Amino acid sequence: MADVTVGVVVFPGSNCDHDTEYAVGSFNGIKPRMLWHNDHDLQGVKAIILPGGFSYGDYLRAGSIARFSPIMQEVIEFARKGFPVLGICNGFQVLLESGLLEGALSKNRDKKFLCCQTTLKTVNCSTIFTSQYQQDQLITIPIAHGQGNYFAPPEVIDSLQEHNQIVFKYSDAEGRVSDESNPNGSLRNIAGIINRQGNVLGLMPHPERASEKSLGSLDGRALFESLFEHIAGV
Amino acid sequence: MPYTAKIKVTLRQSILDVQGKAVEHALKNLGYHTVESARIGKYIEVTINEELLQEAERICNEICQKLLSNPVMENYSFELEQVN
Repeated sequence: MADVTVGVVVFPGSNCDHDTEYAVGSFNGIKPRMLWHNDHDLQGVKAIILPGGFSYGDYLRAGSIARFSPIMQEVIEFARKGFPVLGICNGFQVLLESGLLEGALSKNRDKKFLCCQTTLKTVNCSTIFTSQYQQDQLITIPIAHGQGNYFAPPEVIDSLQEHNQIVFKYSDAEGRVSDESNPNGSLRNIAGIINRQGNVLGLMPHPERASEKSLGSLDGRALFESLFEHIAGV
Repeated sequence: MPYTAKIKVTLRQSILDVQGKAVEHALKNLGYHTVESARIGKYIEVTINEELLQEAERICNEICQKLLSNPVMENYSFELEQVN
């Protein structure tokens, strides 16, 4: 059977695109394909990943200019048709700016750029991105961001909760979701959310940086496995 | 005659402004004890080549909503000045 291709979008200023390409390429039967920001052609990929970095220098607001790049017009259309789109870190910021996900990310509560391992609680394992996790599983995945403080108006937060759209929460090693285990001030410790249709996921932590033993954690692999199992069967 | 739009984008009051907080603390450390708060926003100048003020205003509102501000966490305001 021919390899299934997964697109990794390259914006000027993306800096996790090759890490993501490497992680995607480590799965049997899956081939990464780099998609240039200025192109319109999605080259027949079955899923798209928006990688981390500082697209367009994060000028104006993180993700705000990337959202209007030519490739994003196609990615938005692709997502609206129901195909899977995953946004990691800056990619999550681009998804929020695009309106594919609700809310916004502001500067971290303690003003610091945070680069460290975090414990996440998988609070929804019934998505196409998390089917290989257990419900409430604690996983170790690093973050690296200055603007990861998730905010949305109360009615949006309530609606996310009600429709089970919160997928990952920052937790401590015992699984307590509290202010102490919240690295950046995100409302309700939100680390990742999915859209109502269940095909667009955005998260601040970097699963591609937790996809090989030498990186200190393998916990990110199940996210890719879930997604690839879904698209390989589609 | 073109217009210059002088646009201010500010964080909504409900959003914690960490940059503003840092500046506020620095000002207090400098001895300005009557400084109560500081908030930081963005100032953007855009030249719009339109004849009619109404049209320049419409474009300005549109670009503020579309790109220059994020309505989830920011407010914007602007003044239009005719360029001679």
